[in-house]
Amino acid sequence: MSSEQKKYLRKIKVQKFKIISIQILIVVLFFIIWELSAKYGLINSFVFSQPSKIITTILNLIATHNLFNHIFTTLYEIIIAFSLGIVLGFIIAIILYEFPTLEKIVDPFLTMLNSLPKVALGPLIIILAGANIKSVIIMALLINLIVSIITIYNGFTTIDYHKIKLLKSFKATKKQILTNLIIPASYSTIISSLKLNISMSQIGVIMGEFLVSKEGLGYLIIYGTQVFNLSLVMSGILILIIISFILYKLVVALEHMLLKNRF
Amino acid sequence: MTKCLLEINHLSKNYHTLNGEIMAISDLSLKVNEEEFVAIVGSSGCGKSTLLNILANLDSCSSGEIKYHKNNLKIGYMLQEDALFPWLTILDNALLGLKIAHEDTSENIAYVKKLLTTYGLKDFINKYPHELSGGMKQRVALIRTLAIKPDILLLDEPFSALDYQSRLAVSNDVYQIIKKEHKTVIMITHDIAEAISLASRVIVLSKRPAQIKNIYDINLDNPSNPINNRQDAKFSYYYEKIWKDLDINVI
Repeated sequence: MSSEQKKYLRKIKVQKFKIISIQILIVVLFFIIWELSAKYGLINSFVFSQPSKIITTILNLIATHNLFNHIFTTLYEIIIAFSLGIVLGFIIAIILYEFPTLEKIVDPFLTMLNSLPKVALGPLIIILAGANIKSVIIMALLINLIVSIITIYNGFTTIDYHKIKLLKSFKATKKQILTNLIIPASYSTIISSLKLNISMSQIGVIMGEFLVSKEGLGYLIIYGTQVFNLSLVMSGILILIIISFILYKLVVALEHMLLKNRF
Repeated sequence: MTKCLLEINHLSKNYHTLNGEIMAISDLSLKVNEEEFVAIVGSSGCGKSTLLNILANLDSCSSGEIKYHKNNLKIGYMLQEDALFPWLTILDNALLGLKIAHEDTSENIAYVKKLLTTYGLKDFINKYPHELSGGMKQRVALIRTLAIKPDILLLDEPFSALDYQSRLAVSNDVYQIIKKEHKTVIMITHDIAEAISLASRVIVLSKRPAQIKNIYDINLDNPSNPINNRQDAKFSYYYEKIWKDLDINVI
């Protein structure tokens, strides 16, 4: 390795280190400023809580209120809604692609459903599915499914016409075109839709938990609001931020893994 | 002795659009002999692609008939774009047609490997399309078409996606491969020089609706390969004639 190359690699490393350090610094400073401003009365610690109180609350939650159960419930709901959204979205997108007339018929309805604020359907879902975990998952599914269908379907329609023509010239059946071209060609679109889907699933689950739940992080937040325990609310939000960040990173890592060796 | 392989009789094709009916081909008749290289030239939008699509069974004709003088005649279609699948290796790309027809037997795979080896792609068998040059990709596309052992090859402007230099080189390559494998070819192109340098017969189509305007049997003084053919004494004679036939208005 030449010294110039070494210098270049060093430069990249230093740059990376700099960025991470500054990011960590921002987080630490944020909490310090928050703590101090609450302590010296610059902000109302009853409304905004403060980091030390949040830590006490979280420790308390772990000790007496089964915090991990709440986290597990929310995670479970997210994962179920996420998986269902991807699988159903994929299947429905294939059906729409294979039956263009059907696609034309349902297109305005899909657009309508997509633009409708799904939370408006909340009361209806609760009546239909009951005040339980099912309602939360259905809520999340409603939010992520339409987006999944539209993203995957759009991926299908952008496939190079020449490749379809080529397969037709080999007398390929519809099924062969689907398995040999449409699905592998949309592989990266499908993988990219995972990222969108995980965000949507989280929104849906928390929204569902706000509407109807007995446990979960959304439940903790809404309960904290009702009893005016803002430290509880802040703790819930903080844990949620960490979980959604980890989930997102996991999906990105999965995407990297699945898209490696793809061109 | 030349044997007639394919016969087009009084073929017509109409297209229907919201704005009305378009006549793409009108009463076209043509015979193609075995091991003949026929080039069809015409200005863009004259219906020559439609003709090829009909021959390849990708489209139907409105009236007329196509007679194949061979049972189970196999048609190989090579498109303008190489249309290689980026997620498949070169070998898998070349085997695509066989796989679709469920004919990917070890014997046929060996044949495709032999073709790839013969035509300079041996070292690229396990590589992916993005690692190849435009000309190499086009060669893979041709081998993919040859893999199904077609009786007749339909080439749809096979070199038009390439730059001028590769275009000459690749058309030379493709010509050699086709002659070596003794294939019958119908090629459509808008490039007059390409048609004269490659084909043994050039058919000039009129503007839409496509009809045969003229047929030229290309008899060059010293026919060799497509690149050298362009230097032939007779080359410009045919060029001029076809140019006049096409009646292209530049303004």
